[in-house]
Amino acid sequence: MIRVTRKVEFSAAHRYDNPDFSPEENRRVFGKCNNPHGHGHNYVLEVTVAGEPDPATGMVLDLKELKDILQREVVDRMDHRHLNYEVPELAGKIPTCENIAAVIWNLLVPKITQGRLDRVRLYESPDLFADCTAESDGTGGRA
Amino acid sequence: MNGPLKLSLTRRYHFAASHRLHSPKFSDEENLRLYGKCSNPYGHGHNYALEVTITGPIDPATGMVANLGELDPFVEREVVEAFDHKYLNEEVPEFAVSVPTTENVCREIYRRLKTFPAARLERVRIEETSKNSFEFAG
Repeated sequence: MIRVTRKVEFSAAHRYDNPDFSPEENRRVFGKCNNPHGHGHNYVLEVTVAGEPDPATGMVLDLKELKDILQREVVDRMDHRHLNYEVPELAGKIPTCENIAAVIWNLLVPKITQGRLDRVRLYESPDLFADCTAESDGTGGRA
Repeated sequence: MNGPLKLSLTRRYHFAASHRLHSPKFSDEENLRLYGKCSNPYGHGHNYALEVTITGPIDPATGMVANLGELDPFVEREVVEAFDHKYLNEEVPEFAVSVPTTENVCREIYRRLKTFPAARLERVRIEETSKNSFEFAG
């Protein structure tokens, strides 16, 4: 099996705030991420597709096609947007790195028709990233 | 592939420390042959980058596997304060009895972080330099 990874970047604003919490509780739980004016990141997304190369083309999938899927499903949806207000898939969810990665996974799964989606890795900064994969070992977390 | 998903969160931390690779089980000549310049009696140091990966269900109230407001102080207290700007051989008790190779540093850091109460520790990965990295997952 071969894994193929494509990287894209997008920049977006977000804010962590749970309407079920009091303002004090929101500030305590989310710290400066609760700033009412929001803040933003340069997100780096790595999408990995796994599969056997097609003997005729030598490719697991057409990377140009993957590039177009990532542009359409992720960048067009999230780049230079406020994730709390402008991305319907995140409505009602705190737009953490974990939740955004899971939303991206669910957006991409039906679009990847050659190979299978193996991992979505989303960097919020060089020192913080979330990985979303299919549950396999039965011991990890479920989303 | 629309089944249950597994989420993990990885945070990078940094510390700088010195060490010397030297085992009392070997003669000085054997140490020098085995560890080369890493056996220099005066020690040497690295800028270590530590990746801590935790996993678990996303808490719907916070959207998080674990709150960095809890993970960061835990790792700071258990590892960074204990290792940063220290001579590992003499200032981290574990290395009084084991050689502070980055393999052993990985295991010791994993042992210290395993008790993090808010999520499951999945993996510890250390870059000793930009060219060498080590992982331990228990």
